[in-house]
Amino acid sequence: MEAARQILTLAAKEFRERMRNRWVLAVALVFTLFSLAITYFGGSAQGQIGPRSIEFIIASLVSLVIYLIPLIALLLGFDAVVGERERGSLDLLLALPITRLELLLGKYLGLAAALSLSTLSGFALVAGLLWQQFGWAGLYHYLGFVLSALLLGLAFLSLAVLLSVLARERTRASGLAIALWFFFVLVFDLVLLGLLVAGAGGGWLAGDALAYALLLNPADVFRILNIFSLEDMRTLYGLGTLVPPAMAKPWLMGLVMGVWIVLPLALARWRFRS
Amino acid sequence: MTSTIPASDSPAIELRGLSKQYGSLRAVDGVDLRVQRGEIFGLIGHNGAGKSTLFKMMLGLVAPSSGEVLIQGRPISGGDFRAIRRGLGYLPENVVLYDNLSGLETLQFFARLKGAAAAQCQPLLEQVGLADAGHRPLREYSKGMRQRLGFAQALLGRPQLLFLDEPSNGLDPQAIRDFYRSLQALREQGVTVLITSHILAELQERVDRLAIMAAGRIQALGTVQSLREQQQAPLHIELSLASEADVLFASQLLDKQGLPGLGLQHGAQDRRLSLSCPREHKMAALALATQLGSRLLDLKILEPSLEDLFFGLGDAARRPA
Repeated sequence: MEAARQILTLAAKEFRERMRNRWVLAVALVFTLFSLAITYFGGSAQGQIGPRSIEFIIASLVSLVIYLIPLIALLLGFDAVVGERERGSLDLLLALPITRLELLLGKYLGLAAALSLSTLSGFALVAGLLWQQFGWAGLYHYLGFVLSALLLGLAFLSLAVLLSVLARERTRASGLAIALWFFFVLVFDLVLLGLLVAGAGGGWLAGDALAYALLLNPADVFRILNIFSLEDMRTLYGLGTLVPPAMAKPWLMGLVMGVWIVLPLALARWRFRS
Repeated sequence: MTSTIPASDSPAIELRGLSKQYGSLRAVDGVDLRVQRGEIFGLIGHNGAGKSTLFKMMLGLVAPSSGEVLIQGRPISGGDFRAIRRGLGYLPENVVLYDNLSGLETLQFFARLKGAAAAQCQPLLEQVGLADAGHRPLREYSKGMRQRLGFAQALLGRPQLLFLDEPSNGLDPQAIRDFYRSLQALREQGVTVLITSHILAELQERVDRLAIMAAGRIQALGTVQSLREQQQAPLHIELSLASEADVLFASQLLDKQGLPGLGLQHGAQDRRLSLSCPREHKMAALALATQLGSRLLDLKILEPSLEDLFFGLGDAARRPA
């Protein structure tokens, strides 16, 4: 139980620091503003203002979250270890009665708590609005969206912690974090799309293989989780033909997201040796 | 919590054939060392001599390529590493702690991780003179205050073994004096202290023994006095003379009856002569000085400083290999 206590102490300190420097508050405000704006004005192009359909709102929020949450999580976590290394406090921590795994987990959990709290409170206001407008059915879908957004954040936070173990300097870690964001959020889908077009005549990467390649990107897993859990959405995007039915199972996609959370952390522990 | 470490006759720190290889660089090369309980032990060397790597291996932060580190007879990275580390205090060089936490919160955080009572924190803040600043965030602390907080942190859990890396960095003269006083008090309680400093004059009066490192090895080991003897380091003799003519007279006298090894070191300045004198010719040099009679106003005999000893080890000891 000593391990659990050490992890909790480390996590509590990380969390307290993010509360103290108003990081949690700032991120929560950003989410609140964006989600309110999308809920109210998302349909204005169609000549309408105010919450219209739950599917439409979630689809718009998904596009927002897919850009914002990975960026925020990467920025939150990239200096978790390398920052301590540069300040000279890493040696001090490691000379205490804690293991390297406890240090990583403590840092991760503390940052995860800060990220989750800010995400949850940022989307809370819209949850209230949707409940008023659409009742429980609407809220149910929205809660699924918020949960998947949390998982997305945790996956990118895990990647950020891995970066912060690999990088020897804080500046390099920040560069890598931005590069990772570009890759997963902007480049990855373009590459897949290119491969799809190139292989249109029945190339090596076509059909199901291409769809499964989407699982190599947590941002796409998040998109799949939200788009395919909604019947209307599948027809709306015309994606029903592209993606195999196995990927329409939310629990399976949740599991994939779980792998995206655990795997980078496990790699980080492996690389974080004496 | 220090009671978990059994009292035994084993030395506080024992290094056996300790080496660390980084690629082609042998940062630490076969170091054997025993530091006794209640000893203040200094470790000096130029940058890149292997001090930091040695320090980190002793703390279990860096795994040795070969050899072993025993803390009170037990391997530092063994199964009971938690119990061993609870009995250690460490102040790294130039450590920057968490800007958004207050001094008290910082100590409480480290106390929890170390399994030390939270009730120790406030008295420790008082001990290092930070009682009034305990509730201020660290971003408002000066360099000296941060260093004092770092020292308080190292004392959490009443450790039996202290590792202090450049502990007087950023401290003002009064704080340096207070700091060494508390080290003496700890030593009297049987605490072992391992200390590094670039300010050799500061260490020379305050350590029981010291080791001079270079090229990954311990080049000299012992008390300051025993190092003087080992190295046969010459004494400095300073003569103050009544006039310029007397200076000339004295240097001619020295030339004429010069003893082997006795010589002008810095030349004449301000009617003063500075001589370097081998230890065994000390009395003969004094006899020579008495021949100067009333021309001589004052005479000082200075033991070689730690700095002299350090530089006396020659180029090999000072520069990275």
